Amino acid sequence: MQTNPCKLCAPLGASLVLRGIDGSMPFLHGSQGCATYIRRYMISHFREPLDIASSSFHEETAIFGGRQELLEGIHNVYKQYSPKLIGIVSTCLAETIGEDTQALISQMKANNELPEDVEVIFISAPSYAGSHSDGFRQATKALVEQLCIKGETKQQINILPAFLSTEDLRYLREVADSFNMPAVILPDYSSTLDGEIWDSYQILPKGGEKLESIASMGSSLATIELGSALDNSLSAGSALEERYFVPNYRMALPIGVKATDRFLDSIAKITKNPISTKYSRQRGRLIDSYADAHKYISGKKAAIFGDEDMVVGLAGFLSEIGITPVLCASGSMRSNFGEAVSEVVKDAKGPIVIKGNVDFIDIEEDIRMLKPDILIGNSKGYAMSRRLNIPLLRVGFPIHDRIGAQRILHIGYQGTQQLFDQIVNIILERSQKDSSVGYTYI
Amino acid sequence: MDILQSRKKQVVRSNGQGMSIVCEKRSASGSVSQRACVFCGSRVVLYPIADALHIVHGPIGCAAYTWDIRGSVSSGPELHRLSFSTDLRETDIIFGGEKKLEAMLDELIDQYSPKAAFVYATCVVGVIGDDVAAICKKMTNKKKIPVIPVHSEGFKGTKKDGYQAACDAIACLVGTGSISGISPVSINIMGEFNLAGETWIIKEYFKKMGIEVITTMTGDGRVEELKRAHGAKLNVVQCSGSMMAIAKTMKEKYGIPFIRVSYFGIEDMADALYQIADYFKEQDRGIIERTEKLVRKEILDLNDQLEGYRQDLAGKKAAIYVGGAFKALSLIKALRHLGMKTVVVGSQTGNADDYKRLQALAEPGTIIVDDSNPVELASFVLEKDVDLFIGGVKERPIAYKLGIGFCDHNHERKIPLAGFAGMINFAKEVHKSVISPVWNLVPRRYHRAD
Ligand code: SF4
Ligand code: SF4
Repeated sequence: MQTNPCKLCAPLGASLVLRGIDGSMPFLHGSQGCATYIRRYMISHFREPLDIASSSFHEETAIFGGRQELLEGIHNVYKQYSPKLIGIVSTCLAETIGEDTQALISQMKANNELPEDVEVIFISAPSYAGSHSDGFRQATKALVEQLCIKGETKQQINILPAFLSTEDLRYLREVADSFNMPAVILPDYSSTLDGEIWDSYQILPKGGEKLESIASMGSSLATIELGSALDNSLSAGSALEERYFVPNYRMALPIGVKATDRFLDSIAKITKNPISTKYSRQRGRLIDSYADAHKYISGKKAAIFGDEDMVVGLAGFLSEIGITPVLCASGSMRSNFGEAVSEVVKDAKGPIVIKGNVDFIDIEEDIRMLKPDILIGNSKGYAMSRRLNIPLLRVGFPIHDRIGAQRILHIGYQGTQQLFDQIVNIILERSQKDSSVGYTYI
Repeated sequence: MDILQSRKKQVVRSNGQGMSIVCEKRSASGSVSQRACVFCGSRVVLYPIADALHIVHGPIGCAAYTWDIRGSVSSGPELHRLSFSTDLRETDIIFGGEKKLEAMLDELIDQYSPKAAFVYATCVVGVIGDDVAAICKKMTNKKKIPVIPVHSEGFKGTKKDGYQAACDAIACLVGTGSISGISPVSINIMGEFNLAGETWIIKEYFKKMGIEVITTMTGDGRVEELKRAHGAKLNVVQCSGSMMAIAKTMKEKYGIPFIRVSYFGIEDMADALYQIADYFKEQDRGIIERTEKLVRKEILDLNDQLEGYRQDLAGKKAAIYVGGAFKALSLIKALRHLGMKTVVVGSQTGNADDYKRLQALAEPGTIIVDDSNPVELASFVLEKDVDLFIGGVKERPIAYKLGIGFCDHNHERKIPLAGFAGMINFAKEVHKSVISPVWNLVPRRYHRAD
């Protein structure tokens, strides 16, 4: 049972991944409502057109199966969108009626019933078995498994991001460029979901990782997989390692000095190229700002909530600046969430409550007890922030009540710098407001 | 753009001769309809009942995506703004979710002391065979409040079937309360959801006319009021799609007649009040005069205020794509008051009658469309070179991406657009967007000198 859930369903994550591939179209095999709701939810965050097709199940489909709808739907999508790839994602309903969607697709391919110049792949994502972030990983893994082919080793790396902002994805590309190393980023929705203004309607927005690049991921030097609260069963990095012997470097999101060091050091090691001075300078400035502001935040308490990987990343960062993440909470159903948090909060002072599989009612209850100075998480925390009169810093997904969610940079020294400045200033603003004097120098 | 073969008959270009349009049809698979599902229809209608629990029985998504998404406000309790889900998991799918649902009802009813509980069955529940009705019955007996099943499995039809399911649920309440002391000049407001407080605006007019409002279905709704609804003398139905079913039921069962109205725009708002006054003129001799006075005063205030907007907006072109076609009619008229012309109009759920009226009202050449999708809508607005798009959240990025002004007229709006006061807000909303200088920079309008 959940009241005010702190998670969404798996097909949402899978659809997002599919939007991060060049010429790709997500197609939810199930009822119309799921696709429409998911679109609406994501549109409110990204503020971009975001089409997701549905096989629009009806009564007979639910009883006899959706082969006909699936076939007709694929052809309709093909006609309207001319995609290069259609990703069929099963919803709860299709899985519950026991539809063997994979078999249906294979059969259609064998019978030459599908259009020739489009890849059709299948992603199983029943949301009764996982959340949106699991759907994200399942899709990434399915793409790798179904599209990769072994070739000659290539001078390139794979980057598998977590559920990040479009700005974060642009940053990852920039980092790879700084090492002079081509990168396959799966998914890369940095332009498809944060594009320019258009002069004509783009049926499928430009951008996204290319299919040929994805096919070549088995030939890369290594994989950087972001997200430590991830086990092998959901990991595309592990799949690449097992099948194609591409070494996988799985790590927490690069938020904070230490985590970013680890991220950049790993790429340096893989590519045998040095870290750009641009980053070492950013790093120096970041630590300098830590020194400038440490007193204002020392011993403060924060509650973090949201997607597991974001929570882990933030928990590590807060611990490194002297803020105790007194509550690390997620709607995540993953079993290793707690372990992943514990790993990064070793330096933090005082007790830390770590909870997975919670909803916002649980979270609010804990916050009432723990009395943090700041809340850090998605915009669904706003109602409790208002009730409890504790300021909220919006990060991650979703952010439905502010503009610019796509442009929040969470990662790298630079993203950390932005988060850091905001956190310190929120705390300063509070103490300034609460003071009877109203100091103008702080 | 080629319109999908299976959708061709759902698009017409008005030539003033009332060509037939195909509607009330299932969405084509793969067409990316803007519609949601049966559950969505039920949730929209029942959502504003603020002192009831709304429990979504199914996997997490259906509840998570509908958490606090509507702009319906309450003057008191706010239970409707919470999202309750049984959050079905793998084992529930295999062994059934009945136990989980029952335990949840047991716990939540004690915790929140609601006046009633609605249990929405979603797609998965419809196939795993949970007997939701039986559990509701059991809990009704145990907890001594109405626990009402809403048969809203997403695949069992369209949004409209969801309206029907919601009406069935409301019908379980109507007739169970005392109707003593109800005025002979009394109504139920139907199909008004108190978005941004719109019900309150409308109720104020009725108060001035001397009419007792028994309940609003369902804006700022309360269970006790709904139980007394059968005591009203007239049902006033707006948004006919969603509430016609219950109006008809109440006519059959309690002999209460209904009329259809709209509160959007000047004529339709005034017409609504006059129709109601006319209905009660025997019982209340002064009502016509009071209504005329009220309307006159409101319109006088309005006209002066609208003039400024009209000057800027005259001759601009608009596209409308909304849930119900009845509202689209009012919007065309309201836009005319602002000097604007509607060149594209469509709806998710209009019926043949609605579309006939739309064609009669629309100017020749207007594109009229049923159950459209983003690709079509984008091509229509570009072809007609509109300055404004009226729609909901899913249409908004289409407008903005192409550099077109936008007005949110769906259930998520935060500004009251109904009533005379709403007409001013509507004008302001439209004006704010259409005259913004940012459109001077978008590719559609601005070409940089080389
Ligand atoms: S599962 Fe069914 S009821 Fe739930 S959102 Fe999807 S279509 Fe609607
Ligand atoms: S049925 Fe499953 S896929 Fe559809 S919205 Fe609900 S949780 Fe998501």
